[in-house]
Amino acid sequence: MTTLSIPVPSRPVHPTGVWGWITTIDHKRIGILYGVTAFIMFITGGLEALYMRAQLARPDQELVSPEVFNQLFTMHATTMIFLAIMPMGAAFFNYIIPLQIGARDVAFPRLNAFSYWTFLGGALILKLSWFFGGAPNAGWFGYAPITGIQYNPGHGIDFWAMSLQVLGIASLAAAFNFIVTIINMRAPGMSLMRMPLFTWMTLITSFLLVLAFPVITVALIELMFDRFFGMNFFVPAKGANPLLWQHLFWIFGHPEVYILILPAMGIVSEIIPTFSKKPLFGYPVVVLSGAVIGFMGWMVWSHHMFTVGLGPVANSVFALTTMAIAVPTGVKIFNWMGTMWGGSISFKTPMLFALGFIWLFIIGGLSGVMHSSAASDAQQQDTYFVVAHIHYVLFGGSIMALLAGTYYWFPKVTGRMMNETLGKINFWLVFISMNITFFPMHFIGLDGMPRRIYRYSSEYGWDFWNLVASIGAFALAFAILVFMINVIRSAMKGEKASADPWDGRTLEWSIPSPTPEYNFAQIPTVRGIDPFWAQKRERVPVAPVAGGSGEDDAHSIHLPQPSYWPFLASIGLFIGAYGLVYYQSIVGMTAGILGLALTIVSVYAWSFEPVNDPEEEH
Amino acid sequence: MNSSRRRSTRLWAALLPILAIPLLAACYPDNPQSTFDAVGPVAKSQLNLFYWIFWAAVFVFVVVGGILMWITLRFRRKPGDPDPAQTHGNTPLEIGWTIAPALVLVVIAVPTVLTIFDNLNSPDPDALTIDVVGHQWWFEFRYPHPDGNGDAVVTANELHIPVGEVVNVNLDSKDVLHSFWIPKLAGKVDLVPGNENFMWIQADEPGEYLGQCAEFCGEAHALMKFRVVAESRSEFDAWLTAEAAPAQDPVDPLAQQGKALFEGGKAQCWSCHTVAGSSKSRGQTGPDLTHVWNRGHIAAGVIENNQRNLRQWIEDPQSIKQGTIMFRDAKIYSDPERKLTDADVAALVAYLQTLK
Amino acid sequence: MAQAAATQHGEHEETTTGLNHRKLLMWAFLGSDCMFFGSLIATYVVYQGKSKVGPFPEDVFSIPVTSVSTFVLLMSSMSMVLAYAALTRGKMKAFRIWILSTAIMGMTFIGFQVFEFRDFANYEVHIDCAHLDVEKLTEFEKTFADQCADGVEEFEEQHGLTPRTNLFGTTFFTLTGFHGAHVTLGVIWLLSIAFHSFRGGVRPETNLDVDLAALYWHFVDVVWIVIFTVVYLFGVFPGI
Repeated sequence: MTTLSIPVPSRPVHPTGVWGWITTIDHKRIGILYGVTAFIMFITGGLEALYMRAQLARPDQELVSPEVFNQLFTMHATTMIFLAIMPMGAAFFNYIIPLQIGARDVAFPRLNAFSYWTFLGGALILKLSWFFGGAPNAGWFGYAPITGIQYNPGHGIDFWAMSLQVLGIASLAAAFNFIVTIINMRAPGMSLMRMPLFTWMTLITSFLLVLAFPVITVALIELMFDRFFGMNFFVPAKGANPLLWQHLFWIFGHPEVYILILPAMGIVSEIIPTFSKKPLFGYPVVVLSGAVIGFMGWMVWSHHMFTVGLGPVANSVFALTTMAIAVPTGVKIFNWMGTMWGGSISFKTPMLFALGFIWLFIIGGLSGVMHSSAASDAQQQDTYFVVAHIHYVLFGGSIMALLAGTYYWFPKVTGRMMNETLGKINFWLVFISMNITFFPMHFIGLDGMPRRIYRYSSEYGWDFWNLVASIGAFALAFAILVFMINVIRSAMKGEKASADPWDGRTLEWSIPSPTPEYNFAQIPTVRGIDPFWAQKRERVPVAPVAGGSGEDDAHSIHLPQPSYWPFLASIGLFIGAYGLVYYQSIVGMTAGILGLALTIVSVYAWSFEPVNDPEEEH
Repeated sequence: MNSSRRRSTRLWAALLPILAIPLLAACYPDNPQSTFDAVGPVAKSQLNLFYWIFWAAVFVFVVVGGILMWITLRFRRKPGDPDPAQTHGNTPLEIGWTIAPALVLVVIAVPTVLTIFDNLNSPDPDALTIDVVGHQWWFEFRYPHPDGNGDAVVTANELHIPVGEVVNVNLDSKDVLHSFWIPKLAGKVDLVPGNENFMWIQADEPGEYLGQCAEFCGEAHALMKFRVVAESRSEFDAWLTAEAAPAQDPVDPLAQQGKALFEGGKAQCWSCHTVAGSSKSRGQTGPDLTHVWNRGHIAAGVIENNQRNLRQWIEDPQSIKQGTIMFRDAKIYSDPERKLTDADVAALVAYLQTLK
Repeated sequence: MAQAAATQHGEHEETTTGLNHRKLLMWAFLGSDCMFFGSLIATYVVYQGKSKVGPFPEDVFSIPVTSVSTFVLLMSSMSMVLAYAALTRGKMKAFRIWILSTAIMGMTFIGFQVFEFRDFANYEVHIDCAHLDVEKLTEFEKTFADQCADGVEEFEEQHGLTPRTNLFGTTFFTLTGFHGAHVTLGVIWLLSIAFHSFRGGVRPETNLDVDLAALYWHFVDVVWIVIFTVVYLFGVFPGI
């Protein structure tokens, strides 16, 4: 069928072992790769946090130098946001979305593999900076001009910027993929307003990603041009305004906050109906409020800049838009409560985490409303009060929901249940130690402790609550250890899971656990929201088809074939970006050019590679 | 639903608002940077606004949390429960709980906007105006000369203001971003190079108030502090007149030796520091030292100003403030041939002690 | 692009919306690219008139020259439309002619840009002191007007505009440079389609490949119209 004479090396057919994982384009395996990698990154970010809490446990300690402390908080935040929470979300998108919409894979399976490997490359560029060249030290927000070559001559900022660029490519590729998948690959009958909430929130998140990431890409390009070529974007001496960076960063950064929290809200919106045995209360309103949050997320960015001197009019406008965003957020919480009202609530571990999410998110939301009041925020901006707030929404919000999701979908992924007793212990440990760690930060913030200081002296009266927070942080680390033990133990010898262990409502529970390679032996037809619940209760005879091996069915299903081009393209990006950090040396420049050349060749070859080899077709 | 469960629910509802009291008690107004001990109109308006929003938040938390708690207790699954009714929504209810939070927000939005304008518009634009300039890692303060000759009286890290009067503050930075914050007097405003910002402060009671840089600014960010000394108008005028005077030439031989070192020789302090009255010391990189011995603290408010600390600061600034530019740039720390002897340091300290 | 084989599947795929996956992907990408150029243009606008030293836009821009290259790019969009129309009607020869002419016009545009960049980098202040009329000089030239005092006939001095010179240079070269990179990529794409059409790789049934390239090409063209208006026209006629 092809007349092209490009010499395409023979393609992996049914690789196994490590090679199988490297060349895989199966959304489920990629989801697992995302999840495991993100969790490892979460651990490294946690260790960075523990190091800081150890330093701050007592006044005037000298465990770390100020320089290392600055690197620690920069790496902690960058890691948690870009390498842990976002890819954990991506893990769930990958694994769950095709199952929820009744598809056999995503729209562009090879692009999906490329997203993962590129993400891994970006993560490595950032994390390896600890060992080569020094970690970035200007905060995850990297406010100009401290990131300029004059104040920051080392390579840390270069690694940070390059890593974010590479991660941006990965996130954009994934977001394009999920937009197309969700819009175009829904099972027959699944109209937009019948999609599960998690799918909806993923779609909104993907749109936010597609529109927000180019902005940070431009900001980082400008920063790199300043650093590499002596341009003037952020050089005040040449007339530049350092606030340009803040505007660009937060126009990206605030939608980014919703990129982190909307998938979490989606997960919670799946778990609460399941464990209450009721459909989501006010489904259209919950969808709409998610969309409104995503839309309004673009109109509030300057609330991160209340103290930079934008003037009373701008501060008032952004204070009001920020307060307004509390309305759709509140509506979501009320609808979850409405879902539970009159329900039959079972307190299994996923539900406990989901409830924990609601409680902590209420606290984080209320402290967020406090920040929205620009005048009173002048006392809170850049203090530990803000640190408390972001951890209530990102740990209490996103991480709690991601843990809930892990407990919830673990049986579908592994075919085994997670241990319920350990799970309950896990929940209470996380919930209590999380509050011990982060609640006192409200107090020390209002008592005037700024963020990002590596030491404080006793006369300020911050000793006690800092010590409490540090103890809490170590307890929280222990709670996460319990989670790890539960995951590993349950994956190896957990109780075997049925196809539908929670009496679920959405399509992923209609297929066997663990998910067969082809997902659905027969693409289901959807007649309303919660299609699987309807099937079960109305005794519609569709049910999971291939219960056992499904081999016979699998034979007639065309699945996209593995490919190594996505992997090679990502390797090229990694080498290229790494080399460009050292563009001033011959070796660095050569590596940069060779790496990018490898990417271009791989993408070119990939575009010639058919989705399925003709010879392989039946 | 049995009565014991109902009682426990009521108990919870009663407990929740009580929980808010230790919440506030955990913050100590006695702490030197506590935002709960506001002594100026700006900080007071911000604190009042905070309390207003805080109690609104407590109200919302109690109501929402109480209902949430009640739901989770009331509707927990009991063995043999049938499937609950599959209700999909209730439009009037949903409209209601969209409007309710909007109303709460209006209650906090109005005072917010009023306070924003009050805090950023000076009530007295003709009052004393001080320029604050941020440096890595110290604050420069510039007063108009009491003679009204247009010159500036320059000092560092210790801001004197007349008590009970409006003081206008212009904010700028020489290098990176900083933020000017005296929690007891006013919320912070950032120092952005090239963008002059404005705020006003007023201290209602005489005293010393601690402040600190609140925007991350690099290695010694944690140790970029300053003090505000609020004193009576007459004390303030006397202080400003004294600050405006040039430094006297030292008479003590050791101090004279120190001056010679300061203005040349090995130390070359003059290239970064200004001493008004000296023909040579006109450096702009470091703090103005014309009346350094009058200040209570050195190294940007980190240590007390006394002979021993001055010695240590000159000998080994890294031990007091890691990352300090003086250690990075001054040759006495990097060039072994120019390393100061004990006698040199003693002479320099003696000279600095004459600068009052 | 050259996803001839993949297209075979692509075009017969059943999708929920009926819209092809790759076409949807292209639209999502263009939305993203809008934000990319939007941020670059915003940066340019924010820094307009903030440069501390010259040369400034009115010193270096030549509206007639850039109007010609803008016209060429606009025409290339038209020939792209004709190429696609020819392909869908199966007129392969016409298709090849139009797609090649689109690529050639794209290359012409790039040529103009290279010429323009070099010209700016070698900008010289030239003041005819013999017939000095200060009113007619630009702001930047006025700063050199006093050089004429000693009875010099004319004054010439090189003041090249580079990305480092001032904020104008920084933002101008970055914005137009990224646009030029987009055009270059588009030219490579078009040439690659043309190349495959000679080997029979492009057929009326696989017009989606050309459709996607055309979408991209029109987008890049529209972006240029915005840049030409905001950067060039507003730069020289600030009154607009």
